[in-house]
Amino acid sequence: MQEIPKPSKKQPCHPLDDLIRTDRIPHIWCPGCGIGTVFSSCLAALKGSGINLGKTVMVSGIGCSGRAAGYVKLDSFHTTHGRAIPFATGLKLANPELNIVVFSGDGDLFAIGGNHFIHAARRNMDMTVICVNNLNYGMTGGQVAATTPYLAKSTTTPVGNPETPFNLPLMAYACGATYVARWTMLHTRDLTDSITEAIGKKGFSFIEALSPCPVNYGRRNKQKPLDMLKVYQKKAIIKNDADPSTLDIDFEKGIILGKFVDVDRPTFIEHYDKIYRPSRLQENVPGLNS
Amino acid sequence: MDFWRVPLDADTIKVSLGIVHILEDRCKGCGYCIEYCPKQALELSTKFNQKGYHPPVVVKPEECVNCHYCEIICPEFAIFSVESPPITEPGRAGTHPNSAIKVK
Repeated sequence: MQEIPKPSKKQPCHPLDDLIRTDRIPHIWCPGCGIGTVFSSCLAALKGSGINLGKTVMVSGIGCSGRAAGYVKLDSFHTTHGRAIPFATGLKLANPELNIVVFSGDGDLFAIGGNHFIHAARRNMDMTVICVNNLNYGMTGGQVAATTPYLAKSTTTPVGNPETPFNLPLMAYACGATYVARWTMLHTRDLTDSITEAIGKKGFSFIEALSPCPVNYGRRNKQKPLDMLKVYQKKAIIKNDADPSTLDIDFEKGIILGKFVDVDRPTFIEHYDKIYRPSRLQENVPGLNS
Repeated sequence: MDFWRVPLDADTIKVSLGIVHILEDRCKGCGYCIEYCPKQALELSTKFNQKGYHPPVVVKPEECVNCHYCEIICPEFAIFSVESPPITEPGRAGTHPNSAIKVK
């Protein structure tokens, strides 16, 4: 009996479908949230960078952005709050061949995990840290965060934030990061290029990606998701190699984007091997010495 | 795209063509692809998807130049474009080098 060929009703596949757990899509991020865009740009960069994805691990902390580890179809860790970088450090030290990408939010990396960030950058751990900065604690209901701009409204500062926010690129630079860049989710191509470059770079790379949080930050500051993107479009000043101390986020003056730091210095593992594992250096294990 | 004059090398430029695919049930109706499509080829549809959002709909399929911007800005992995084979039909955007360029 001749088999009748079935009409192909295959649903078209998104080009990144091979890197995401499609059974978990649609993801939990709100309509208009920029984390999805940053995540997709990170996946595109992983794909485009040509690294061995079987030896790539994505580590996330807690928060909206922390969910990314659960959506990526690679080895991934969804760690305890603020401890994404310590987990990543452990992974890298136990298996120096791995490529580590830390994908987390501003609250996780800079509020509860601030200290870990400082010390990983100081040691120059070989990893790529992508921080999705949505200017508040989105998942818990829009409380003021370490990155909320001065005078911005949040659940806990209903008439305006009296605090000065962090200047994240300055902090990364001051702690010794070897690659520092900042983009917004609207500058997706630049962001992807930057992440690709950072993944290929040895040492501690830090990329800040500004992203709208329409439900918690935008609603309290009278900004629709598209308004926020318009602000990014109008107020963005692309200035590579800008002085990190001038990079405060001030939407009135304009936000400076670009690649600010790109230097080389020996990583922690190189120093460690030189002193404690000289035999491994002689074995010429790939990824250990260069 | 409107230019104040036809670029001198206009006859050597081949405009690529694309076909937009929309995975409607993934869409959450943020409208970023519609707003930032350089050719305004998309519009919000009136129908609802499984989750109750209005997905975009391609209103000007012949305008798509396969720039992939909708694909990379979509936070939901819900839209992408693929290169379309060149069609030798006169007057269609992308087939004739000047057809995609309008002079003001």
